[in-house]
Amino acid sequence: MTIKFWLNGKLTEDTIAADTLLLDYLRTKRCYSVKRGCETANCGLCTVLLEEKPVLSCSTLAARVNGKHVTTLEGLQAEAEEFGAFLADQGAEQCGFCNPGFIMNVLAMMRERKDPTEEEIREYLAGNLCRCSGFVGQERAIQAYLTWKREGESV
Amino acid sequence: MKYVNAPVRKKDAMALVTGQPVYTDDLAPADCLIVKVLRSPHAHALIREIRTDAAQKVPGVACIFTWQDVPNKRFTYAGQTYPEPSPYDRLILDRRVRYVGDPVAIVAGEDEVCVDRALKLIKVTYDVLEPVLDFRKAKDNPILVHPEDDWKTLCQVGADNRRNLCASGKDAKGDVDAVLAECPYVVEETYHTKANQQAMMETFRAFSYKDVYGRLNVVASTQITFHVRRILSHALDIPKSKIRVVKPRIGGGFGAKQTSVAEVFPAFVTWKTGKPAKMVFTREESQIASSPRHEMEITVRLGADQGGRIRAIDVHTLSNTGAYGEHGPTTVGLSGHKSIPLYSRADAFRFTYDVVYTNVMSAGAYRGYGATQGIFAVESAVNELAARMHMDPAHLRQINMTREGDVMPAYYGETANSCHLEGCLTKAKEMFGWEEKFPSKDMGNGKVRGVGMALAMQGSSISNVDTASVSIKVNDDGFYSLMIGASDMGTGCDTILAQMVADCMDCDMENIAVYGVDTDTSPYDSGSYASSTTYLTGMAVVKTCETLRTRIVKEGAKILKCAPEEAEFDGKGVHCLADPSRFVTLKDLANEAMCANDNALFATESHYSPVSPPPFMVGMAEVEVDLETGKTELLDYVAVVDCGTVVNPNLARVQTEGGLVQGIGMALYEDVVYSSQGKDYSNSFMQYKLPTRLDIGTIRVAFDSSYEPTGPFGAKSIGEIVINTPSPAIADAIYHATGKRFRSLPITPERIVMEEGR
Repeated sequence: MTIKFWLNGKLTEDTIAADTLLLDYLRTKRCYSVKRGCETANCGLCTVLLEEKPVLSCSTLAARVNGKHVTTLEGLQAEAEEFGAFLADQGAEQCGFCNPGFIMNVLAMMRERKDPTEEEIREYLAGNLCRCSGFVGQERAIQAYLTWKREGESV
Repeated sequence: MKYVNAPVRKKDAMALVTGQPVYTDDLAPADCLIVKVLRSPHAHALIREIRTDAAQKVPGVACIFTWQDVPNKRFTYAGQTYPEPSPYDRLILDRRVRYVGDPVAIVAGEDEVCVDRALKLIKVTYDVLEPVLDFRKAKDNPILVHPEDDWKTLCQVGADNRRNLCASGKDAKGDVDAVLAECPYVVEETYHTKANQQAMMETFRAFSYKDVYGRLNVVASTQITFHVRRILSHALDIPKSKIRVVKPRIGGGFGAKQTSVAEVFPAFVTWKTGKPAKMVFTREESQIASSPRHEMEITVRLGADQGGRIRAIDVHTLSNTGAYGEHGPTTVGLSGHKSIPLYSRADAFRFTYDVVYTNVMSAGAYRGYGATQGIFAVESAVNELAARMHMDPAHLRQINMTREGDVMPAYYGETANSCHLEGCLTKAKEMFGWEEKFPSKDMGNGKVRGVGMALAMQGSSISNVDTASVSIKVNDDGFYSLMIGASDMGTGCDTILAQMVADCMDCDMENIAVYGVDTDTSPYDSGSYASSTTYLTGMAVVKTCETLRTRIVKEGAKILKCAPEEAEFDGKGVHCLADPSRFVTLKDLANEAMCANDNALFATESHYSPVSPPPFMVGMAEVEVDLETGKTELLDYVAVVDCGTVVNPNLARVQTEGGLVQGIGMALYEDVVYSSQGKDYSNSFMQYKLPTRLDIGTIRVAFDSSYEPTGPFGAKSIGEIVINTPSPAIADAIYHATGKRFRSLPITPERIVMEEGR
C-alpha cells in the first residue's frame, strides 16, 4: 500500500506492507532516534509525535500516518539540544537509549502544560522507563529546565 | 581548572540526548542477514531428529544451522579473565536442551518475515526428559543437567557435573559453632532472593561482517569487548587473530552484558556465509534466555553477647546457576565475602556454599554480583537481632560495624584502609530523621509507616586478576588521544577517565579525544565489571600520564637543549628549571615531534591491584503500608555512600539513584517466575514489573568520602554497591510497619496481607 505523510515537515510518499509498524518504518527512513525497548507498549522508548500528540510508534501502524504529520527527535533537534543540555548537566542521560522517547514526551508535555506540577510531570512521564537513572536526575533536569523557562530563558 | 570531583558533563551527552545513531543496531549494514534462533519448548530434552528441509526452501533464507553444524568444543559465555572460573559447559547449539528457551537452531535470512516463516517450518522431535527445577533438590539429584563427558572446568572451584555442582567451597576463621554456643542471642534464619533481570533498555545485540582482510568483525553491545574476542574464538573454534570486536555506545548493561549472550550467533553466520549478519534480541528473549541474577537461598546464623556485640557469623549459600554455569562459581563467593566483613570485629565466621545446576535459564552477572543477595540475608539477620534485643538497629551497627583500619578476615584478610561507614551512618540518620521516625508510626487511617536500614559494601575490581590499561598519545598541536579498553556502557567512564587525564596532564577536557573500545587498537582491559573501571582503569590513567609526561619532558629538553632532569612540563609546555624563559609550548613541541623524531609521544600503562578496597554505604527506607490491602508505598530513601573521592559528583549521584531504584524493584516488584514445567512466565515488561517514576517516592543521596590510598585521586568504586541496601532496609521497614517478617523477595502487597510473615 502507499502512504503519503509529512515526516519531520517533509512530504514523504512510500509503498509499504500493510502490517508495517511505524517504529520499524521510521528506522528505515533513517530516523534512528526511534528505539524499541519492548514489544508490549511498556517502555516509551519509541515515542514520536503524530499530529503533535505523543504516540508509541511500536503500537501504531505506519498506514495510520497517511495524510498526517509525524515528528521524531530528528525533526526537533533544536529543542532536543535545549532540553537535553539540562539532562546532560545532571548526568541523567546515562546510557542514552531511552532519551529520545523520554525527551519527545517531555517536549509534548511542555506543549500541553506550560508549568506542570511535580505530580503532573510524574504522571505524564510514567510510561517512559529508564533503567539507569532511577528517574530522579531526569526530574531534576526538568525542574531546572522549567526554572530556566520561567526566568525568561536567561543564561 | 581541576576536573576530578567536578560535575563535568559526559563527553557523549549531547549526541545521546539528540538521538544520534550511535548504538549497535543503528550502525548495522542495511543489507545484513537477520539472525534468529529457534528455542526449546522443553526444560530438558534430547533432540532425536531435526528437519530443516522445508524451512530451507523459504525464499530469502540464507542458512540454517543445527547442533550437527557447530564446533563440538565446549566453552563459556562468561566474560571473565582466562582461565575462566565458569565451567566450559556450552556449545553454540547442543543436542541436549537444558531450559525452556535453549537455542535449537540458528536461522539467517534476508528479512524478519522469511526468518520467522522458516523458524515455524523447522521440525524437531524431542525425547523429553524430566527436568531439575527445584534448586534445593538439584545437588546429587539422579537427573543430571550436564552428564556429558566433555564438560570441564579450568579452575578448581569445587565443581562436579556428576552431582549437578557448578561450584562449592568454604572459608572460615575461628570456631563458629563454639562461639555461637556461648552467645545468649542467636538469630538463625534462611533468606531467599529470586532471579532478577537487569532489564537494560537496549536488549542483547550484535552484528558482524568480514573485513577486507577476511577477518571476522563483530560490533557488539558488550561490557567485555576483549573477552568477547576470546569467547568467539572458543565458540567458533577459530584463531583469535581472525577476530576483531568493537563496542559502540551501549544502551545499559548492569552486568547482563558481562556474558556474551548474543554475539556467537551472528558471528557464526558471518563466519560460515561470509555475509554481514545481525541479531537483536527481542525483549521476550532478553527476559527468558539471558543472564539474570543468581537465585540464592542463604542461611545465616548470627550470635551476639548481652551487650549486642556480634561475635560469630555463619553463612551458607545455595546458589542456582541454572542450565549453564556463567558466573556461578564467582557470584556465590561475594554472598559471604562481601557481607560478613561489614562486621569484621566478630570473633569467628564461617562461609560455605554450593552452586547447583538446574533446568532454568542460566544466571549471570547482575550489579552487586552475589553481594546483593548476601547483604539482604546478613543485614536482615542483623535487623532481626536488633529486634530480638529490643535495640535500635542503627545502634547495633554502631557497636559492630567495620571501621577504618580494621582487618577484615572474611575479606581475604584485607584491611579497611578507607572506611567512613561511621560517618555515613551519622549523616544518614540526620538526613533521614531516624531518631524521630524509628520504628513506626500509625497514621490512624489504616496505614502505618515503618522505617528500616542496612549497611552495604562491595569491592573495587577483582584483586590480582583484573587488568586495566589505557594509551595516550600526543597529536598535532598537542591534543591528546585517550584510548580506553574499558567499556563505557552509559555510566560515563570515558568521561571520568578523561577528567583524570585532564588533571594529570594539566589540560582542558576539550584537549582530550576519547576512543574505545576496539580490540585491534585499544590497549587490553578486562572490561567494565566488578566495580573496576574508576578504581583500576583510573589508576592506569595516572600511571600512563606519568610516563607520557616523562616523554614530553624529554622531547622538550631536546628542543631546549637542556638535560631532561633540568626541564619541567606544566601542561602548557616545557621549560628549563634554571631559566623559565627558555620555554617551548606543547603545541610547538607536538608539531616538531612529527618531523625527524625518534621519541614516540605515546604511552601505555597497565595496572592491577593486590587489594580490592570496598566502598561502603548506609541506606534508610521509610514505607507506608496499607494494612488492609498490603499496598506499600516507598516514601523516602536516604543513602550515604563512601566511594572514596567522588570523581564526578553528578555521575556518582545518578549511579546511586539508579542502583537504588533497581534495588527497590528487587525488594518490592521484580520477580522471575517459572511454571511447574520450567517455562518463564516473566517474559515481558507486562509480567516483569520495573519500578516507574510513580513507585519510588523521594530519594536522597549524599557522600561521605574517605580517601583510598591505592586508588586514583583517592577513589574507590560506585557502580555496584548502590543496589545492595534497599532489599534489607525495605524488608525491615515493612516489619516495623506490619510486625511481619519477610525473608524472601519480592515483598508484594498480596504477601503482606496473606502471609503470616513470622
